[in-house]
Amino acid sequence: MRRYFGRKLLIYGLTFVVAVTINWMIPRFMPGDPVASMLARARVSQPEAVEAMRAYYTSLFGFDQPVWQQYLGFWGALLRGDFGISIWVFPTPVSTVIMGAVPYTLALMIPSVLLSWVVGNRLGAYAARRKLLDNTVLPVGYVLTATPYMWLAVLLAWGFGVILGWFPVAGGYSFSTRPNWSLDFVLDLLHHWALPFASLFLVALGGWAIGMRNMIIYELESDYANYLSALGAPQRLIRRYAFRNAVLPQITGLALQLGVLVAGALVTEIVFSYPGLGSLILKAIQNQDFFLLQGTFLFIVLGVLVANFVIDIVYVVVDPRTRAGMAGATA
Amino acid sequence: MRQRVRIMVPLLAAGMLAVGCTGGGSTPAPQGSGAASAPAADQANPNDLPRNETLYTSGTQWGPPANFNPLREWDSATGTKGLVYETLFHFDPNAGKLTPWLAQSGSWTDDTTYEVKIRPGVKWSDGQPFTAKDVAFTFGLGKMETIPYHQLWEWLKDVQAVDDQTVKFTFSTANYQEWDFNLYNRAIVPEHLWSKLSEEDVLNGVNENPVGTGAYKFSSHDQDRAVLRRRDDWWGKTALNMEPKPKYIVDVATPSNEVSMGLLLQKGLDLSNNFLPGVANLVKGNFGLTTFYKDPPYMLSANTAWLVPNTTKKPMDDVAFRKALATSVDVKKIVEGVYGNLVKAASPSGLLPQWDQFVDQGVVSQSGFSFDKAKAKQMLAAAGYKDTNGDGLVENKDGSKLSLSLIVPSGWTDWMEAARSIAASGKEAGIDITPDFPDYNALVEKRGKGDFDLVINNERQLSNTPFTYYQYLFQLPVQKVQNTVNFGRYENKKAWDLVHDLDKVKTDDIEGMKAAVSKLEKIHLDELPVIPLWYNGLWAQSSTSTWKNWPSSAQGAPKFAPAMWRNWLEMGGFEALTQLQPAAS
Repeated sequence: MRRYFGRKLLIYGLTFVVAVTINWMIPRFMPGDPVASMLARARVSQPEAVEAMRAYYTSLFGFDQPVWQQYLGFWGALLRGDFGISIWVFPTPVSTVIMGAVPYTLALMIPSVLLSWVVGNRLGAYAARRKLLDNTVLPVGYVLTATPYMWLAVLLAWGFGVILGWFPVAGGYSFSTRPNWSLDFVLDLLHHWALPFASLFLVALGGWAIGMRNMIIYELESDYANYLSALGAPQRLIRRYAFRNAVLPQITGLALQLGVLVAGALVTEIVFSYPGLGSLILKAIQNQDFFLLQGTFLFIVLGVLVANFVIDIVYVVVDPRTRAGMAGATA
Repeated sequence: MRQRVRIMVPLLAAGMLAVGCTGGGSTPAPQGSGAASAPAADQANPNDLPRNETLYTSGTQWGPPANFNPLREWDSATGTKGLVYETLFHFDPNAGKLTPWLAQSGSWTDDTTYEVKIRPGVKWSDGQPFTAKDVAFTFGLGKMETIPYHQLWEWLKDVQAVDDQTVKFTFSTANYQEWDFNLYNRAIVPEHLWSKLSEEDVLNGVNENPVGTGAYKFSSHDQDRAVLRRRDDWWGKTALNMEPKPKYIVDVATPSNEVSMGLLLQKGLDLSNNFLPGVANLVKGNFGLTTFYKDPPYMLSANTAWLVPNTTKKPMDDVAFRKALATSVDVKKIVEGVYGNLVKAASPSGLLPQWDQFVDQGVVSQSGFSFDKAKAKQMLAAAGYKDTNGDGLVENKDGSKLSLSLIVPSGWTDWMEAARSIAASGKEAGIDITPDFPDYNALVEKRGKGDFDLVINNERQLSNTPFTYYQYLFQLPVQKVQNTVNFGRYENKKAWDLVHDLDKVKTDDIEGMKAAVSKLEKIHLDELPVIPLWYNGLWAQSSTSTWKNWPSSAQGAPKFAPAMWRNWLEMGGFEALTQLQPAAS
């Protein structure tokens, strides 16, 4: 057990170092000079003033140092939890910007990914056994997974937001209110959260349901199910076994899904103008904000690694074969 | 102006059709309960802003409000200058005059001395009195090299608070035109707080709790908004007999123009200063939206879009070629096809309609240009650009291949379309132009270094004087990196001297200004360092559901520019707020 987790941790550690290094490299190889665009935005035309400002900002962001020094400095600052200052929302520290966005993204993504997984699996499992359900859930599921996400989101925003006016089309909460601990505010938050959540939930739901349905049908036709049935085991029991076996690949799928979690949020947050990490990434790229980009990517990398680690643990719990394998290895 | 609507146009059209069908032309879309729930319930909760007293705006802020520092005129939160901090004067583009604001009066006591009498009884929002010392201090800050108006001190010798009400500015060179520009653009900051700040904090400070003289105070802000609350003890109420009507202003940071459009239609937004293509259909339809003009071009003009050729490269260094290029551009096609008449074609001089009085029609008719494909071909041939290999496109004079690229930022869909249109009409005349769409930052870098053939630019807004326009055209010396002006790297000492001459004409000497402008206009049109294309609009769409009496060309309506854009609050934006009326009463 210890060796298993030790090995996993080592792999995750290596992944982290590589990811951080790439993360540091990418913005620096993008075309364009962030200080130049910052100065261009400042609309200062006097050469002396421009030069003074350029020198000042270049040293402030450390661009005047040799590249290897910038890299080491980056690790040093990182370990201190310092992501630098955002260029786009100068002079706010990157960590502040990210922390303001993270709750929205997590509140959107975690429930939609987990709920769609749970509900999708249930639906799929039922669909595998009932003709009526199979004939309805399956086509709808296919349509939902095949729908370009962007399109569904825009349709939802337009239909429920603008035409029917049931839901707001922008923001994390009403523009007329201030965050406070009241029921009204929580309801308001939910009101703004509903549409983006629904769009993510719906698109993911179809995929899970289809996958689960196919898995269950496969399991129900496998030898052990036939054998159990021949032994006269009740149908309920067989289905329980089938479900347990069918859910394993779905867990792997979930782990993969968590990996693209933030990418999914990106489009949602842009369409619904929801203030999360996704919109930050877009803005950071557009404004060549190295530091913000690094910060958000780092956050994503961490998130993916942690999610995968959790899934590893879950695997050990739900799949006895993993445990058996580890016991064999240590024995 | 940043992200342009791309996919939304067809969707919008479809959506509008749907609305048109269901609503049968009556008012569409019931009010969204999100942004505008029942006012009665709102008043019970101090955290909720009553809809009928709140103005929702967008189109200025494109990200979280990052700082409240009025010296950072380019990225401080909307209203930092104009609503919270104020300037000595405002400028009225319609009358072409400065109106006293924090100053009660200002005048030249002799040729190089300007004296400002400040308004008595004005208080900072922390209760301290506003005095002449604050003014002297603010201008004194410019001595720091990194302050945006540092350059002022090249010709300003001294500034002194003579007494509590009087400030005396002494100049080594009196640049009257530029000085007026400074008078209504420099936000005055309180000495008693700012004198304690380091240079670093003055330039880069967030200024979390701004203390200004203005009619509003920031009451809260978040990633996607800033909320301003009216100060009921604002000095202007008595001194100017003015009061901005909205008790609260919520400035929404728009991540995209689509979202602005959605909010506007949901009646969650009152004033959108975003570029919304196709808005003409919404104004014509019964959607409760208005713009300044009921008919094309719908908007006031805010700046000129130019085609800037890089004059250090062949063949753009040849005047004859530049003129042929200008003659080949079919601007009308861009105005109608790309913009659907939301903009106006520019006059050859490119001077904004608000500067019409300075345009010398004689010069324009003599040296101006207009679209004429046949003539463009002729001009090319006459200048020695011939099609030697028979592909229908001309070659360089030395016979080498002539192929130009025209860059505009990726994602600015209207400019991308315009660039395609320019390339197409260029090809018809025989000039090989290829549109290219680099990322915005990459474009800024190329543009700055002079690493381009042709670029479209519009970075000069309307101001009190054509001086700023010609400064953009002719500023010298050309630097290694050109940051804001003269991207085409055009060098003409005589023109730059004439710009200085214009600067030294007194601002009440209209005839003198006309004479100086006329000379510059002649050089511009004879040399064409930049080619004026169209006037970009002062994008402003307002909803009449909560506030009415928006500025408009209609009789009896206010004529101020309805804009929250940075530096526009002093040019009528604030005054427009004072003219609003609640729609309910």
